[in-house]
Amino acid sequence: MSLDAINAAFDAAGREARKALVPFLMSGHPTPDQFARNLAEAGKYADVIEVGVPFSDPLADGPVIQAAAAEALKHGTTLASTLAAIAAREDGPPILLMLSCNQLLAHGLERVARRIVEAGASGAIVPDLPFEESTELREIFARHGLVLIAMLAPTTDAARKSAILRQAQGFAYLISVAGVTGARDAFPPETLDYIREAAQASSAPVCVGFGISKPQHVEQLREHADGFIVGSALIRAIESGGSVADVLAPLRQACDATITTGTDS
Amino acid sequence: MTTAVKTKGRFGIYGGQYAPETLIANLNELEAAYAEAQADPDFAAELEITLREFVGRATPLYQARRLSADWGGRVFLKREDLAHTGAHKINNAVGQALLAKRIGKSRIVAETGAGQHGVATAAACARLGLECVVYMGALDCERQRPNVERMKLLGAKVVPCEAGSRNLKIAINEAIRDWISRPGDTHYLIGSVVGPHPYPTIVRDFQSVIGREARDQFIRHEGRLPDAVIACVGGGSNAMGIFAGFVDDKVELHGVEAGGTGATHAAPLNSGTPGVLHGAMQYLLQDDDGQILDTHSVAAGLDYPGVGPEHSFLKDIGRAKYHIVRDDEALAAFKELSRSEGIIPALESSHALAFAKRLLRERPGLSLIVNLSGRGDKDLPSLMERELL
Repeated sequence: MSLDAINAAFDAAGREARKALVPFLMSGHPTPDQFARNLAEAGKYADVIEVGVPFSDPLADGPVIQAAAAEALKHGTTLASTLAAIAAREDGPPILLMLSCNQLLAHGLERVARRIVEAGASGAIVPDLPFEESTELREIFARHGLVLIAMLAPTTDAARKSAILRQAQGFAYLISVAGVTGARDAFPPETLDYIREAAQASSAPVCVGFGISKPQHVEQLREHADGFIVGSALIRAIESGGSVADVLAPLRQACDATITTGTDS
Repeated sequence: MTTAVKTKGRFGIYGGQYAPETLIANLNELEAAYAEAQADPDFAAELEITLREFVGRATPLYQARRLSADWGGRVFLKREDLAHTGAHKINNAVGQALLAKRIGKSRIVAETGAGQHGVATAAACARLGLECVVYMGALDCERQRPNVERMKLLGAKVVPCEAGSRNLKIAINEAIRDWISRPGDTHYLIGSVVGPHPYPTIVRDFQSVIGREARDQFIRHEGRLPDAVIACVGGGSNAMGIFAGFVDDKVELHGVEAGGTGATHAAPLNSGTPGVLHGAMQYLLQDDDGQILDTHSVAAGLDYPGVGPEHSFLKDIGRAKYHIVRDDEALAAFKELSRSEGIIPALESSHALAFAKRLLRERPGLSLIVNLSGRGDKDLPSLMERELL
């Protein structure tokens, strides 16, 4: 799989007039075995799956994902074990890794790219690697047919926004509000403006992440976004013994409802 | 990202701006504001008055005569322990607080290890009427109890951080998360020459007053330059501050990292490899998978797995040498200075003293400046509790 697989996933969603659903799972959480089962289960609902590789010192993660990472590290989860779990999957939607810059550097960028290709994943999201620092990794990934997902925040100024969106491939990751990951009640009106403007300026699809936990969020923001990323809410459900389906099935429904039929609560 | 592409804020391959997208606007704003402030004579004047009248600068350069006689050289101490709130940290805290006020921020967050930066930040915020929140590892709250009380008295909110190693690294994680959540009204007042650009440069510049003063004072006293300058290195702000005064001279620069118990330590320049932590490329203690390792030092302010990018660069080009001093050697120096000179040094600074002693044993007769970066009162309760005194 590759950038092409991500593009195909969004093309299919576009053709079927639905929003893409992009769930996030933490590798090795709550246990390596359970993660493998959740990965298969999430595949039934997802257009693309984000797989977090746990890091000891994440900066952009809220308490839920941070705790999941700590738990996964206790189980001995590594980049290698994560890639092995992905390679062992029989089928399912394309996968993007989410990890910190230092985890890539420790293995060497070129080597990591090769191993991601071998495992059958499509690329990565690296939250502590902003646009200006990402040139080298983008070039290496491009040579391997992989994608480095571009991120945008509400605080990103206009000049950087257009530079970031110009090179965005696969999809652009819109951080919904200033803050760390974690579920929120509702989004302020300026979030809608921010998504609308980004969607207009971007040639790639735009997906909204941070704080997406329930169908109402999708309904509130769906007019301009092409997809939704759900992380903390899913991790929390898994922590409390719930199933992946409990969280993803209603979100899938909300993503599938066409704009003309409105909300489907 | 490694060597091929040089972005702004680099010291060789080190430094850079590996920060989440949400913070980039703040970092750019800070960089621009700092450039403006540097060009503004009013800012320089306000900082100078603050350093003189609030901080109590210039701090003395003290000739330690009994220690010199015992150790066989000429030992001078740069008395940052006499700066307001008891350590060099105040130099940077007042500088950044003035900068934050200039940008229009009303709220300051800071991390602290030993508590000295937290106390300095709380004092600077009280003086300027800024809200102050200090993140401190829960372990450090226990071993630096007096500083927690001082911060509260100065009006700061102290948030103990319970995650992971419960020390400085965790406090920085939490402070950055706070800042990401409130980038509009909040300035992150980082306490060392670490973090994404422009922090390592800003903090070094605000601390460089140590080196400027020490150089002038030494020349006035001795009519020449010292042979060597010695400072402890955690993140490395007191060392960068004093090194800045001598980096263009023919003066040896020695940084001293925490050797802990030997088996567990906090010495990335001696035992680490380059990587990215807290927004900058630097030497790091990490495993093969890029996970940051836990550290140990008796000195909370040195208990950090990374180190400033400029130190990483100075090591690579050989301009500064970095050494290791263990907990027990630092404790011995702590007691020795107290008894021979009547000065109780911080455990952090005691690492630099212990190395000075070692250097004079190897090369007697050298003239040295040791940066006495802080005073040791804060360490007494914890040392007595652990029966280390």
